[in-house]
Amino acid sequence: MDFVTELVIFVLAAFVGFAVISKVPTTLHTPLMSQTNAIHGIVMLGGLIVAGVADGFLEQLIGFIAIAFGAINIVGGFMVTDRMLGMFVRKPKPDAEAEKP
Amino acid sequence: MNVLAVLEPGGDATVLLYTLSFSLFIYGLMQGTHPRTAKNGNLIAAGGMAIAVITTLLLDGLGNWGVIIGGLAVGSAVGVIASLRVQMTEMPQMVALYNGVGGGAVALIAWSEFRHAPPDVPLDELIPVLFAAVIGSVSFWGSNIAFAKLQDLISTRPLAIPGQQVINALLLVGILVACIVLVSNNGDLSGYEGLFIALLVGAALLGNLVVLPIGGADMPVVISLLNAATGLSAAAAGFALDNVALIVAGTLVGSSGTILTMEMATAMNRSVPNILFSGFGGAPAAGAGSGEERPHTSIGAQDAAIKLAYADSVVIVPGYGLAVAQAQHAVKEMANELEKRGVEVNYAIHPVAGRMPGHMNVLLAEADVPYEKLREMDDINPEMPRTSVAVVIGANDVTNPAAKNDPDSPIAGMPIIEVSEAQQVIVIKRSLSPGFAGIDNDLFYEENTSMLFDDAKKAASEIAAEIEKL
Repeated sequence: MDFVTELVIFVLAAFVGFAVISKVPTTLHTPLMSQTNAIHGIVMLGGLIVAGVADGFLEQLIGFIAIAFGAINIVGGFMVTDRMLGMFVRKPKPDAEAEKP
Repeated sequence: MNVLAVLEPGGDATVLLYTLSFSLFIYGLMQGTHPRTAKNGNLIAAGGMAIAVITTLLLDGLGNWGVIIGGLAVGSAVGVIASLRVQMTEMPQMVALYNGVGGGAVALIAWSEFRHAPPDVPLDELIPVLFAAVIGSVSFWGSNIAFAKLQDLISTRPLAIPGQQVINALLLVGILVACIVLVSNNGDLSGYEGLFIALLVGAALLGNLVVLPIGGADMPVVISLLNAATGLSAAAAGFALDNVALIVAGTLVGSSGTILTMEMATAMNRSVPNILFSGFGGAPAAGAGSGEERPHTSIGAQDAAIKLAYADSVVIVPGYGLAVAQAQHAVKEMANELEKRGVEVNYAIHPVAGRMPGHMNVLLAEADVPYEKLREMDDINPEMPRTSVAVVIGANDVTNPAAKNDPDSPIAGMPIIEVSEAQQVIVIKRSLSPGFAGIDNDLFYEENTSMLFDDAKKAASEIAAEIEKL
C-alpha cells in the first residue's frame, strides 16, 4: 500500500473518530476512554510482526516485551471496560418505589 | 517459519480481514453512545481485536513462536489478573497504566523496526518510525508518572524543578535535532543506533518532566491526552509497517482522545496548554493558610437526618471523597430511606466529578443507582433554588461559589454545581481542608451550610439509620 493511500485512510479515520465520539454522553466518558485505550493495544500486531524477524537475544527480548505490553493493553483494557459497563446494564428491577405515594 | 501461514502481508484477504476488524471497532464505539448498548459495543470491539490478532498470527513470515506465545501468555495473564483485582475507584490509574504499556509497546516496535531498516529506507517509513519512537516513549513514561501520582506512590502535588520550561524546551530541540540527523543520514543508518537510543531516552525524560509538575486534579486530562498520543503513535507504527489495521485503529483513538481531552479541559474551564505548562494546584494554598479559622456551622448525623427526612427534594452532589471512602452503597441506602418517605432524590454530577468524566457515574451505577437519577450539571443547576437540601459528599472545588463570585480566584470561571443556591446545604467531609485546587471553599462558611465532619461512608450509613428511626 503506498504512502498516499495510507494518508487518505488516516484522514478519513480521523474524521470518523471525531464523528463517533462526539455523540457519547459524559456518563460514559470513563468507559469510553478505557475502550479506546484497549483499541490502541492493536500495536501488539506490530509486536507480532517484528518478533517474526527478530534476530539475536536483544531483538527477541524487545519483541517479547512489546507483545506482552500489547497483550496487557488489549486484554486488560477490554476486560476493565466490560466490568465498568456491566454496572450500567444489570438493572432489571422496576423502580416504582421512587414515585411519590 | 509460520506453519499456519495462509495469508500474505498486505494481500487482499489480509486487508479485507483487517477491514472487518476495524469496522467492528467503529461499530463498537458507535454502540458506546448509550449505556444500554455500550457493553455489547465493547464486546463487538473486542471481537474486532480478536480477528485482527488471529489474522496477524496467520501471516506469512512470522516466526520466533516461543517469543510470540510467551509474550501473549504473560501479557494476557497480567491483564486478566489486574483487571479483575482493580477497584472501581482505581479505574483512572488503571487506564493510565494500560495506556503506558501501549506506548511502551509502540516505542519498542519502533526500535526493532529501526534495527531492521534496510539501507536507503524511504522517508515515508523512517519518519513514522521516529515519530512512533518519540511519542511512544513519552507516553510510556508520562503514563507511568500519572499512574504513580494517582496511586499515591509519589506526591500528587506538582513537583517543580527550577528552569523546568527551559529544560523541556532543550530536550524537545534535542529530540528534533536527533530526528533530523537520522533522517538526513537515511542512506546508511548502521552506525546510528546509539543516537536512536538517545532519542528514546530523551523522549522518556521529556515524558517524566512534562507530567511530574502537573497536579493530581489535572491528571485525567493528561491521561486522556496521552491516550490520544499513544493512538497516534500506533497509527505511525502502522505507516511504518504498512498495516492498515494499525493506521485506522490508532487514528480512531487519536481523534477520539483529542475530543475527550478538549471536553475535559472545557469542563474545568482551562486550556490544554495551560494544564500542561502552568503547574496549577501547586501554588501554596494562599487562601487556605492565611485566614484564621472562619466561622462555620457543624452538625451531627441526627440533625442531618431530620433536615433530610422533612425535605421535599434532595440533591446529592458526590465527589472523589465519596469514591475514596467507598461510600456509594451507603449513600444509595440513605437515598432509599429518603425515597421511602416520599422525598425526591437526585444526583448532580459535575463533568469532572471523581477523577475522570463519567467516573462518578460508574461508581454510582455500581451501587445500583438508576442512571436516570444522575443529572448533569447544566440540567440540575436551574433546579437548585427549588431544592430543599443539597448534600455535598466528598466534593469540594466543584461546589466552590468562588468560581462564580470571585474573579481573582484560581478557579474563577470554572463551571460549578450551584449548591449554595439550594435552601440548605449539608457538606459531609472529614475537615475544612482545601481540595485539589488548593484553595479554600467559601461554601463551607455560608449561612445555610452545615458541615458534618466525618468519613463519607460512616456518615451516610448513620444518617440512613437515623432516618429509619424517625
